Amino acid sequence: MLLTALCLTFIVFFLTNLDPNLEKLTKSEGNIRMTDVQVESWLEKNGYRQSIFKRYGEWLGVAPGWTRTDSETGAITGRCIKGDVTAEDAPTLCGLVQGYWGQSTVFKEAVGGVILKKLGLTGWLMLWVMITMVPTALIIGIVAGMREGSKTDRSLSTFSIISTSTPEYVSGVIFIVIFASRLGGLRWFKGTSQSAMDEITFQNFTLPVAALALYGVGYIARMTRASMAEVMTEQFIRTARLKGLSFGTVVLKHALRNALIAPFTVIILQIPWLLTGVAIIETLFNYKGFGWTLVIAVGNNDIELLMAVSIVAVFVVLVTQLISDIGYVFLNPRISVS
Amino acid sequence: MERLSAFEIFSQIMIQFTPVWIALVVILVLSVKFRSHLGLYGKLFDSPVGIVGLVLMLFWLLTAIFADQIATFDAIDQISGMKNKKPGWPVRGLEGQHYLLGGDNLARDVFSRLVQGSRIVMIIAPCATIFAFMVGITLGLPAGYYGGRMDTILSFLANLVLAFPVILLFFLLVTPEIRQEGAQFEFWEGHIWIASVPNIIALVLFAFPIVFFMALWISKYSTRPQTLYVLSGVTLVIGLWAYLGLVFRADPLGIINNILSPNILNIFVSVVFVNSPTVFRIIRGLTIDIQTRDYVAAAQTRGERPWYIMLWEILPNARGPLIVDFCLRIGYTTILLGTLGFFGLGFSPESPDWGTTINDGRKLLSLYPHLALPPALALMSMVLGLNLLADGLREESLKD
Repeated sequence: MLLTALCLTFIVFFLTNLDPNLEKLTKSEGNIRMTDVQVESWLEKNGYRQSIFKRYGEWLGVAPGWTRTDSETGAITGRCIKGDVTAEDAPTLCGLVQGYWGQSTVFKEAVGGVILKKLGLTGWLMLWVMITMVPTALIIGIVAGMREGSKTDRSLSTFSIISTSTPEYVSGVIFIVIFASRLGGLRWFKGTSQSAMDEITFQNFTLPVAALALYGVGYIARMTRASMAEVMTEQFIRTARLKGLSFGTVVLKHALRNALIAPFTVIILQIPWLLTGVAIIETLFNYKGFGWTLVIAVGNNDIELLMAVSIVAVFVVLVTQLISDIGYVFLNPRISVS
Repeated sequence: MERLSAFEIFSQIMIQFTPVWIALVVILVLSVKFRSHLGLYGKLFDSPVGIVGLVLMLFWLLTAIFADQIATFDAIDQISGMKNKKPGWPVRGLEGQHYLLGGDNLARDVFSRLVQGSRIVMIIAPCATIFAFMVGITLGLPAGYYGGRMDTILSFLANLVLAFPVILLFFLLVTPEIRQEGAQFEFWEGHIWIASVPNIIALVLFAFPIVFFMALWISKYSTRPQTLYVLSGVTLVIGLWAYLGLVFRADPLGIINNILSPNILNIFVSVVFVNSPTVFRIIRGLTIDIQTRDYVAAAQTRGERPWYIMLWEILPNARGPLIVDFCLRIGYTTILLGTLGFFGLGFSPESPDWGTTINDGRKLLSLYPHLALPPALALMSMVLGLNLLADGLREESLKD
């Protein structure tokens, strides 16, 4: 897992440090009319011209940060010399391991702070998405799978298929047109969630949450339906029914626990997959959270911010995989950890 | 001139789609008539879900084919005075001509762009899916069949790509800058190939279809040299021609290079790259499962070689789930292409593809909903068609 994380971050590091990207960064940091020679000297001066592995090590905090003595003024600059830290008491190592995430060139702030703030905002979005998506999907899946092939099953399954075919940018657009524009005439909700960053209200948060949840509902519901339908054909369900228990009791007490094992894995693995959706929805509704930050960071080639974003994203992916594995073992008595 | 009413707009659009309706009816009538000879495709007509899916999918396929006949204007023609005009607005100076679904922000016809956009999606999505399947099959079969160290390495690489957040990967891979970076090789006068990241990925990925077909022929016809020479000759000629065009942009006939511009090719490569690991995992799982069957053991006892068993015993028996996944994956690729367009990645700004059009329209959504709504609904209906088709196919293939 650690190896995967290292490989992935190195790939991101490598791709963001390609020459044209560095040139773009230089020009946005310095000025747009810099000549190639000026660009080269700026990159040289700021430590961008060392080997990629050395720089990755510096960023990680396992290789000593670069220092450079200016040949004319004699002033010492370096990776770890920032703000009021002088050259004498600057640490040799400063990177991820030491808790130094770098400086964002877009926001002109420490990356750690930016990421925390943005994650908080996205956390609220995810929380509400989960609160609406998971119960809806489970109920749809259970009701549909309870009586396989019935009319309810058919219509709920069709709904699930429609929902999986509606990506966030489509549902977002449709929702805004229906509920927030003049044409729809309803104007119940707001078409932008900018105000939700200060205070979340029903009006400004419903549409993004609904658009995000809709795309995920279908998939989870289908998984739940499939596993529910399978459980309902098992012997112990028939036994319980023959014992004279009511259909409701059998579903709730006997089928449910067994049917929820598969959807659990799906729901957990859904979390990292929501990132693309979050980026789309936050851009569409102008909600400046984590996904929006990702878009901004790539657009401006803000290397250290982008690295932090990808660290968080990769971390989430790997942790959710771990949780789903552990949860699977925990929920299913037939599998044991050897 | 008067603006068209809603009913007139509707009937006008229906008339524009005439070639599609005719072709659709012909295909459906013929299919229903010969359904008993058509295998799985014929059985599809037993399931209502499958029929709806097939009709939606065929509709967009035919629209892409007849796009030039259906579109009333050129996708990038700007006509003054038509900026952000409502659906059914008469075109100034052209008697009897209307912008059926209105004009966009740059005074282009929304309807024509919608129709032309289907062509981009219909070329990239299925082709990219086919390529992803070739890569996934060529690597997944031996990984599942042999296991061992090769399986470990390939699975690690596949999981690596899968752990990457898709959106981040696209943002990093599909940029104009990345195409310029890398060692340059000059093949002949004025033709330079840059060893950039997308080009290197293309170099590797696009070799797989050739490898796949060659393995397919060699494993089956090695005792019949004449058939083998013909088949591998045809494969090599077509394969190398496509390979030259796709990877080196040096297609001698110039056909591929005319259809696919460098930025479209960049998108194509990235989409194949993102899709192949998932296909690899599916094939690997299916191979491990099917390997234990009796007919595989029988082939092994007969002394068949491993590649024959993989390609001619295991692969045909894995076709059911693969066909279903193929349909789903085209839908998923369509959604991915829309996402790329939505973020303005890769496609040129005036490209009529649906993602880009949605992105252009979303900024004016509350004032002029007719800009973003048609492409959004088009994309949704096409993906819906593919998903329903996959569902119908799954239902029918499970009945056997």
